[in-house]
Amino acid sequence: MSASRDRMPRRGFRLIMRSVRAHPVPHLVALLGALGFVAATVGTAWLLGWVTDDVIIAPQSERTGPAVAAAMVIGVSVASGISVLMRRWFLAMAELRTQRDWRRALLHRYIDLPMDFHRERDPGELLAHADSDVNTATMVLKPLAFAVSVVVLVVVTMVALFAAHPLLALIAAIVFPALAVISRVYTRMVEAPSAEVQRRVGEVSEVAHESFDGAVVVKTLGREPIEVERMRAVSARLRDERIRVGRMRAGFEPSIDALPTVGAIVLLLVGAWLVGRGSATPGDLVLAATLFSLLALPLFIVGFFLEEMPRSVVSLERVDRVLDRPLEPSAEPEGNGPVLPPGPLGLQIDGLAVRYGSRLVLDGLWLAVSPGETVALVGATGSGKSTLLETVAGLNSVAGGSIQLSGAALQDVPSRELHSAVALVFQEAFLFADTVTENVGLQWGRSPADVTAALDSAAAGAFVDALPDGGSTVVGERGVTLSGGQRQRVALARALVRSPRLLMLDDATSAVDPVVEGEILANLRRDLDTTMLVVAHRISTIELADRVAYLAGGRIVATGAHEELLDIDDYRSLVSAYEQAEVP
Amino acid sequence: MSDAPGTEEVQARPGSEPAGGGIDPPRAGTGEPHNDSAEAEVQALRVLRRGFAMSPELRRGLPVVAAVGLFAAVGRLIVPVMVQLVLDHGVIGPDGYRPGVVWVLSLAALGAVLVVAAASRFALIRLVRMAESVLLGLRVRAFEHIHRLSLATHTETRRGVLVARVTSDIEAMAIFMQWGAMSWTINPVLILATLAVMLFYSWQLTLLVLVLHLLVLPFMRWVQRRQIAAHSRVRDRVADTMGHTSETVSAAAVIRAYGYRRAVRARLDRAVDRQYQAQMSAFKWWAFLMPTVDLVSSVSLAAALVVGVTWSEELGIGAGGLVAFVFLVRLLMRPISEIGEVFDTTQSALAAWWKVMGVLDTPVEVVEPEPAEAEELPAGPLPVEVRGVSFSYRSGEPVLRGIDVRIPPDANAAVVGETGSGKTTFARLLARLADPSAGEVVIGGVDLRAVAPEARRRSIRMVPQDGFLFAASIEDNIRYGRPGATAADAAAAVDELGLRGWVEGLPAGMHTPVGQRGGRLSVGERQLVALVRAQVADPGLLILDEATSAVDPETEEALAAAMAHLAVGRTTVSVAHRLSTAERADLVLVFDDGRVVEQGTHRDLVAAGGVYARLHRSWVGNTRRAAPLV
Repeated sequence: MSASRDRMPRRGFRLIMRSVRAHPVPHLVALLGALGFVAATVGTAWLLGWVTDDVIIAPQSERTGPAVAAAMVIGVSVASGISVLMRRWFLAMAELRTQRDWRRALLHRYIDLPMDFHRERDPGELLAHADSDVNTATMVLKPLAFAVSVVVLVVVTMVALFAAHPLLALIAAIVFPALAVISRVYTRMVEAPSAEVQRRVGEVSEVAHESFDGAVVVKTLGREPIEVERMRAVSARLRDERIRVGRMRAGFEPSIDALPTVGAIVLLLVGAWLVGRGSATPGDLVLAATLFSLLALPLFIVGFFLEEMPRSVVSLERVDRVLDRPLEPSAEPEGNGPVLPPGPLGLQIDGLAVRYGSRLVLDGLWLAVSPGETVALVGATGSGKSTLLETVAGLNSVAGGSIQLSGAALQDVPSRELHSAVALVFQEAFLFADTVTENVGLQWGRSPADVTAALDSAAAGAFVDALPDGGSTVVGERGVTLSGGQRQRVALARALVRSPRLLMLDDATSAVDPVVEGEILANLRRDLDTTMLVVAHRISTIELADRVAYLAGGRIVATGAHEELLDIDDYRSLVSAYEQAEVP
Repeated sequence: MSDAPGTEEVQARPGSEPAGGGIDPPRAGTGEPHNDSAEAEVQALRVLRRGFAMSPELRRGLPVVAAVGLFAAVGRLIVPVMVQLVLDHGVIGPDGYRPGVVWVLSLAALGAVLVVAAASRFALIRLVRMAESVLLGLRVRAFEHIHRLSLATHTETRRGVLVARVTSDIEAMAIFMQWGAMSWTINPVLILATLAVMLFYSWQLTLLVLVLHLLVLPFMRWVQRRQIAAHSRVRDRVADTMGHTSETVSAAAVIRAYGYRRAVRARLDRAVDRQYQAQMSAFKWWAFLMPTVDLVSSVSLAAALVVGVTWSEELGIGAGGLVAFVFLVRLLMRPISEIGEVFDTTQSALAAWWKVMGVLDTPVEVVEPEPAEAEELPAGPLPVEVRGVSFSYRSGEPVLRGIDVRIPPDANAAVVGETGSGKTTFARLLARLADPSAGEVVIGGVDLRAVAPEARRRSIRMVPQDGFLFAASIEDNIRYGRPGATAADAAAAVDELGLRGWVEGLPAGMHTPVGQRGGRLSVGERQLVALVRAQVADPGLLILDEATSAVDPETEEALAAAMAHLAVGRTTVSVAHRLSTAERADLVLVFDDGRVVEQGTHRDLVAAGGVYARLHRSWVGNTRRAAPLV
């Protein structure tokens, strides 16, 4: 990746400029505050010199009153305090706003990227990007204003030094190349391990997320001890990498701390030699040493800034790898596109192929469904029924072939149009940790009456009313506080509330008991004027269909009436399995 | 979309809802450190005391770090003094310029610098080692504890929030360990050392400076309490953002299929905004605190100046002494303000620590028996006896009431009933995913609560409806069924259930990766793997909770036949709404509204004409109406 080949300072500069461009005002005010602080620091140094000479040491008669000096000390301190306040407050604002921007951009990207992205990426890793990576990416902004402002201090000090004694100034200046060399060495060493730390933070998050996600199965398998070991292993890897980085920091920080002192000693030695040769006076040397001591703070701050940079840069690069992923062309076609006709939709699928990773799940699938028709999809586990429905709902990228809805190519249909016309009810009902009503009416602004009607159609009205707060009852994440059958019915209502013109049910009542399922099917017939594609196992569902499409190995093997298909051996044994199992 | 009020409120007010769900609030009366009053305020000292008590790594590592920190602090004081000495005695002393003195003192100073740098390096490495061990221990303990919590807690707390506790909160502490810990080690030493030197010049002035600084302490304490509370809110908001993020990522398909992008984006934006606002409002305390403390330092400097100059004779301090004293007061300001620099990070880390402690203090509801008193289960098929069992989730109506059931060993029992009638809860009690609120579950003659966890894991196996798989290969997922299971065991289990054909049809057979949560397989295929996973364990009691609900009828029947064959020497309890399962069961338990309303064989119950007969009629009508008998 080209960004990585650039040198660290350039990559760091780009990061900083992204933040500065987005939030120039807070950065600028923070810089002014930092400059104010530098001025106050210089002012205090001058003030104390004056206090020493004119208040303490001066003879009684010429002495300025201590009260005046005290007032001035406090005055400068108030100015300094205000400047610190400005710097801290606005810098925090700049940093946290930048965090907010990047976090938001990342989360939006999670929403907009195609399903393939979510199939291949670990949710825990995505969490780590949005949390730890974004936090670390903005770390370098913390010392930014201070680091820039102390440059002023450096310039002022160096000018004063140069005025005092040019040769001594040159000697003092050696600390700067020394700082550059030390930080360059450090940066080079620490870049890869820093990236590794962030990767391992992601790993810890992956293990935590997967493990908690499967908490029930972990319990039923009695895998708690093994899961704990897994967590311990990834945490230990993170610890080891952090210790590795820590060892490097432990070399860098004391070097930066020692730099001004070593510089002062070199200055003294060379200065003393110059004094011995008569090319400088002791007074010059004392002045130079005093001025030089003012450089300690800038060196410390700039060192801190340079130390933070590699971590931030590699973290932002991790975030950017997600942000730079291309969106599918059809991800959000809000603009113009074909408008689907009113009334039930027709569906024409020609030679459809879909793959998950290396697995070709659909392979040359042809199917035509007329408007208003109900087609039952029958096939063995793993034959591609769910994939077919998901692809028609626009969730999968198509590896070959085409899908048309009433003559319009699926990929051209604007998403809003598609979502209002086509509804897929998943086999696994995912509900949001929200109220039942919100789960059904979310975003589409349906009236409470619509929501109630949809719940009734889905045979969910009665049990929802019986919940502690009725439709306002909050269901747990994924809807876990409801039973499987209840969850499926709320999910069904969510599809029905938009009066879809193509309704696809993917074994959507598998957890509903037969009595209720019969009721639901009757309601659907009565309430809806729609085209339906229904994955069916039960004869009663199959019978509801006008036609049956039999899937095997990712293709439609046969279509026709249920009775006709019974001539196919595989089909017959599939649908009449319960029959054969009946106890005589 | 409105937020989930239950979760939100519980998090916003730690400890305020002892009965409420969620993992966050350390509940009242559960452990001595958190025996809080109504408003469980985060208290720094309490967090620290408790933190030390529960992190042995911290207690072990601290003395070394403190000693080396002390050394580094003394070193820091020595170096500027040496430079001063060179100037005073070698350059501008009474004897003027003395090259020898300059050289000796300079080299000595250089040596001191190197020693200090080396000591600092050593201290930093020790510190980072200790800090990382502490964090590792804390993270793993919190993770372990979360897995010990009941299903109810897992149900009521969002995944993202749980993840935040073992990642984000620990990371907040890591930031402190990197930037704050060293500062807290060195600077107090510097402050004490400076005060000691000040005493040497004038105890009265030192007292004055000290008193003025102490005056600010109540204010600092006042601010600090608000700061830590504010940071505690930040932790809640961070967890909330992570909760929403996790949900959004998990709901990827639903969001795309239903056009929820706009609504979900708005919801995430709000979570991120609220996190930002919480961070800024935590920050304001710090932004105001430290300039105030700096001001106090300046006031004390000014006071020392005024008093020193005005009463110099009474105090017996000369001009030289006063100059030195003023210099020392200035010197005192640096460590104070350095502590100030890390004060915010410190509060943030304390608040995060508190959150993690909240996890560790969440009571474990399913308590394992003491190893000494734990009982083993007999080998072979296990009889099940449920005596007067009632159960209710934390804040709700009873889900099960007065259940009395006996399932003989080797039997094949089916549990049927309408959704929400308590079937799944019953299955969970048999696997001890929860303990009954009243009554007892006796398996193999032993109260389930007294069974050793290893014995339970070995002999009782439940297959839940959600066939969650780990992101690994099919083979690995099957092997997770029993510790020590080999690839051959996994293959054998596949064969036993007659699933070889299906596995061979997959791109990489047993080595096919299943993806996140098993997402690359269909729901039915996931259930197949979950079933094989149970088979490999060969338990004495197998509990199937709609374990084949998403499998096609033919496969389901084939599985049922295979399982029946394998069920010899095993008790099986199957929750099912496909009544074909009930038809071939030895015993049918009919649940209705939390009670067992009928039990007996399929034939008897159909003949009795009750609830079961009605369910069965409907099932037959739905599945067999037009299918010819073959």
